[in-house]
Amino acid sequence: MQAITLKYKSQGVAKYYFIAALALFTAQILFGITLGLQYVIGDLAFPYIPFNQARMVHTNLLIVWLLFGFMGSAYYLVPEEAETELYSPKLALVLFWIFLAAGALTIVGYLAVPYAKLAELTGNELLATMGREFLEQPLPTKLGIVVVALGFLFNISMTVLKGRKTSIALVLLMGLWGLALMFLFSFVNPANLVRDKMYWWFVVHLWVEGTWELILGSLLAFVLIKTTGVDREVIDKWLYVIIAMALITGILGTGHHFFFIGMPGYWLWVGSIFSAMEPIPFFMMTVFAFNMVQRRRRDHANQAALLWAVGCSVVGFLGAGLWGFMHTLAPINYYTHGTQITAAHGHLAFYGAYVLVVIAMISYAMPTLRGREANSRRAQSFEMWSFWIMTISMGLMVLALTGAGILQVWLQRMPTEGAMPFMATQDQLRFFYWLRVAGGVSFLLGLLTYLYSFFAAPGADEDEVVVPNGMMHRRVMPARA
Amino acid sequence: MNQVKATGFTKQMARNMFYGGSLFFILLFAALIFDSERKIPTRSNAEAITPAVERGKRLWETRNCIGCHTLLGEGAYFAPELGNVYKRRGPDFIKAWIASQPTHIPGRRQMPQFNFTEAQLDDMVEFLRWTNNVNTENWPPNIEG
Repeated sequence: MQAITLKYKSQGVAKYYFIAALALFTAQILFGITLGLQYVIGDLAFPYIPFNQARMVHTNLLIVWLLFGFMGSAYYLVPEEAETELYSPKLALVLFWIFLAAGALTIVGYLAVPYAKLAELTGNELLATMGREFLEQPLPTKLGIVVVALGFLFNISMTVLKGRKTSIALVLLMGLWGLALMFLFSFVNPANLVRDKMYWWFVVHLWVEGTWELILGSLLAFVLIKTTGVDREVIDKWLYVIIAMALITGILGTGHHFFFIGMPGYWLWVGSIFSAMEPIPFFMMTVFAFNMVQRRRRDHANQAALLWAVGCSVVGFLGAGLWGFMHTLAPINYYTHGTQITAAHGHLAFYGAYVLVVIAMISYAMPTLRGREANSRRAQSFEMWSFWIMTISMGLMVLALTGAGILQVWLQRMPTEGAMPFMATQDQLRFFYWLRVAGGVSFLLGLLTYLYSFFAAPGADEDEVVVPNGMMHRRVMPARA
Repeated sequence: MNQVKATGFTKQMARNMFYGGSLFFILLFAALIFDSERKIPTRSNAEAITPAVERGKRLWETRNCIGCHTLLGEGAYFAPELGNVYKRRGPDFIKAWIASQPTHIPGRRQMPQFNFTEAQLDDMVEFLRWTNNVNTENWPPNIEG
């Protein structure tokens, strides 16, 4: 199965990770649609799948499949950048099965056992870490994540150490080490809720608006180098400036979560000022991607990968940058905190920045893992369709949630006298919630289109594109970017 | 971009900006967290954290309440904010409400029955009472949360 287009045999382990990532992604979306429906049909699936269980499955699947995506990307990228085989492909495979089994068991646990029982069975009494948003995993799962992360980091760090040390690989390593390091705060759960929340944000915020941005930047830079052929020196410089801005704004930007949870008042200023600058790195990413495409020195046969990469930079800016900025200033957040506005921002930011970068990597790497430089024109056409269907569907969902959020703020938060109660307000938002379900279903169709692209046969008029190392050839698709 | 090159901005400078900038802001962040840790006890009324409050927090966690509700604005947005529910509804209503779930009203969002004992219901209320008194910079804007 060793393909001529794969530079290092051990990159092949990435395939397992990518397939698992896409399978879990699909499950995540199915649970997402269930949740969307429960917003309008409150007793749907009750008591079999109460909302809180389904939500936990939805968000945990997202985290786990993105981690699979990051790990697969690292196993693919690192050997190629370091110009050497992976330190231990066997370890990578063993860890894959451990992680998959642990993940599956956890999800089954969430669905099959009442949460309190799960906590009891898994020794939450020994070290209580469960029941906090996104960190609902039982203790054994959390420990398993640490073990898998350590093994994974050991493997790729050793690979970089014995090979070429490029900026892209180093930034990726820093991002992944940072990710693992910050996860350790998930074991910190003080009895004081305010301190609990503060350390909780060390994981959540310093992941998505900190260390994950390093991973994002590095993966994006890798795909752009490969597909545009722009000089590495130029790309590296961009990468460093982008991640510098990400951390300079993002670390103190944590303060935008400290406004109303009992933290000192100066966080209103610190959080507002620094998080207002958080769109800068995302804007730079967009300029970077378009600039590299403009200056491209080759027309890579895989134009679909380029579309995902450029799409990631644009939607990432809209979701993380624009939708984040919208409610990040303390006087505005005072009214929007914990409303559907937050949900709108969360969905677009995760989709734009992290879902799309992982798909960009998969789209670039998967053909080579299957023995060709790029997929057939027809398969790429399915991919491009799926990009637009998913992106427009997500746009619809996010606009619906934003509409719901604005109305919610107007009815429930703004009035000083006689504000509408929570549940009465929810009834007023039904139109927007139905619109969101429509967006969700159509997103699923987009995802199925993407999955189909892996099986799509070449068009009747084309030979399958198998061009070993043939980087310099004519464009086969009209450039969409 | 071209002007990046024209001003003589090199990759090394970009890298130094990354390392220097990150280190500076990590240290500044650590200093602010250190200061916050000193102020949290007063702002959160920490001496009022009784064993009952701690038990209540554990119940809150192991029943995954955050999967539907928000607490001080954080959590899921499916069910009402509970940071100020003590003020909004009072202790007796809270206990009666939890004990009477689910409502089984067709089409309405349903809350599970947790089979709490009377003592556990009291712990839950104690936790919500303590939370209600955290200094949240006057958030939420009104009683509805």
